[in-house]
Amino acid sequence: MGSTLIEKIVARNIGADQVKPGQIVTVNVDRVMIHDIFIPFVADKFEEMGFTSLWDPDKVVLIYDHLIPTSAVEDVRHFKIGDAFAEKYGLKNVHRSDGICHQLMTEAGYAKPGNIVFGTDSHTTTYGCVGCFSSGIGYTEMASILGTGQLWIRVPETIKVVVNGTLPDNVTAKDVILRLIGDLRSDGATYKVLELSGSAVDAMSVASRMTISNMAIEAGAKACLFRPDEKTCEYSRVNMEDVDWLYPDEDADYCRVMEYRAEDLVPVLACPSQVDNIKPVTEVEGTELDQVFIGSCTNGRLEDLAVAAGILKGHTTACKLIVTPASRKIYMEAIKAGYMETLAKAGAIITQPGCGLCCGRAGGILTDGEKVLATNNRNFLGRMGTSKVGIYLGSPATAATSAITGKITVPKGIQGN
Amino acid sequence: MSESKVWKFHNDVDTDQIIGSQYLLLPNVEEMKQYTFESLDPGFAAKAQPGDIIVAAENFGCGSSREQAPSVLKALGIKAVIAKSFARIFYRNSINIGLPVIVCKDLYEHVEDGAIADLDLSAGTVSVDGQEFSCTKLPEYMQKILNAGGLIASLNKEV
Repeated sequence: MGSTLIEKIVARNIGADQVKPGQIVTVNVDRVMIHDIFIPFVADKFEEMGFTSLWDPDKVVLIYDHLIPTSAVEDVRHFKIGDAFAEKYGLKNVHRSDGICHQLMTEAGYAKPGNIVFGTDSHTTTYGCVGCFSSGIGYTEMASILGTGQLWIRVPETIKVVVNGTLPDNVTAKDVILRLIGDLRSDGATYKVLELSGSAVDAMSVASRMTISNMAIEAGAKACLFRPDEKTCEYSRVNMEDVDWLYPDEDADYCRVMEYRAEDLVPVLACPSQVDNIKPVTEVEGTELDQVFIGSCTNGRLEDLAVAAGILKGHTTACKLIVTPASRKIYMEAIKAGYMETLAKAGAIITQPGCGLCCGRAGGILTDGEKVLATNNRNFLGRMGTSKVGIYLGSPATAATSAITGKITVPKGIQGN
Repeated sequence: MSESKVWKFHNDVDTDQIIGSQYLLLPNVEEMKQYTFESLDPGFAAKAQPGDIIVAAENFGCGSSREQAPSVLKALGIKAVIAKSFARIFYRNSINIGLPVIVCKDLYEHVEDGAIADLDLSAGTVSVDGQEFSCTKLPEYMQKILNAGGLIASLNKEV
């Protein structure tokens, strides 16, 4: 019996020929990510555990993104504690305003194909887009990794997801992952790994794959993996020879196989207030919106902004539109490409890269009875304001099209892509 | 055995419902705990008593990695969470901070909100109205961490 992607990564990490689901193993962590919300708690626990040095300062990344820029005086405390921790323990990889953690981890090359990475955030599954096993943990476990460099894990089962064919013109990776979450339900992949393949997946950019791996946690997944290809290697700045071992064996064992015909997929939305409450956009078309949000670590990349700009070019928004690029690099590329000018002309409020609105901290908070169509990853009760805000999650194409009408609207073909 | 009041919750209780994002910036769990389950039941924190238990259906604790979610429950003195199933990160976090999380497939349908239950942690059983339900046992490795009172206590023991 062969191995799945996750089994290959774990086996190589621990120096075993093969591992099997259910086995409990201790892995050597290649990199960890801590963000500004949890650094005070990690720092506390680290010292409470009696550690006096980091296992390897180079492998630790601290990213300020949830509270950038500060919107309340208490926020400053997190940066003070983070800076003091970095200074005391010789931590060099600190990003104070470069973008959202999940974008930066692969963009800056901290998480590479075949690595094992943990972060203090559930959307750490994102780095699977380049074939990295990455998953979210709490701050107590993070503190223990900082001291030891290791973590125990249970080798997870794998669900194989195959998408073959060509996606319709108005269907994006976001619609694919939402549909998948709707079919799996919010706990359908709990403790398991999603492994994506098929010709529609092969045709996707790394950015699109990132949208999928980012949201895998919404079905409970521990990780979401894509086999690295030439696009991955170019993005992650590695050679194909470095990743030639990283492929699923043909006789690998899967606990479930889900197959989709790309041509059958349609634009969909996650309706209030659960991510697995998936409906075709046509079913809720016409719903009045108070706000549209395009951006976040789910859909704030250059291709997303290109789609939005392509649709909004020459139009004026009929409701508030907030645009948040995922990183400073993307922000600058979007300026250079002219997307930001197009979006600003259409009426968009463009924010700095960060987590503000998605985590309900700042930059577009809503109140009782308001409705928002957003491209981020969660529509939980109270996520973007009060518990009586209706949050619909959809693709940048659906969001941009709906911003023009001020109502939920089915996108036509994507232009400018 | 000891008697515990049951607080019953539904499927897919997420971490934002347990403790909202806006409260994560408070300096400590003691200050956060008054907002536990605020969006579902604003009076919960004031009504819950130490020793009470939470009973829920599937996928309890889904959503974010915030360890504050099990921490506020523990800080309120919640004795255990008994659910049909748990989300992965919440489950791991609970064990690490020493909050018993117990999988029991049958209890949910047989218990009302506000009922009195007898939970025997060491035997892995819970009784309601004279009817006894067995719970799934934790893997040994995790039971050891839980018995020690959490990951920190367990690490200190090893040293």
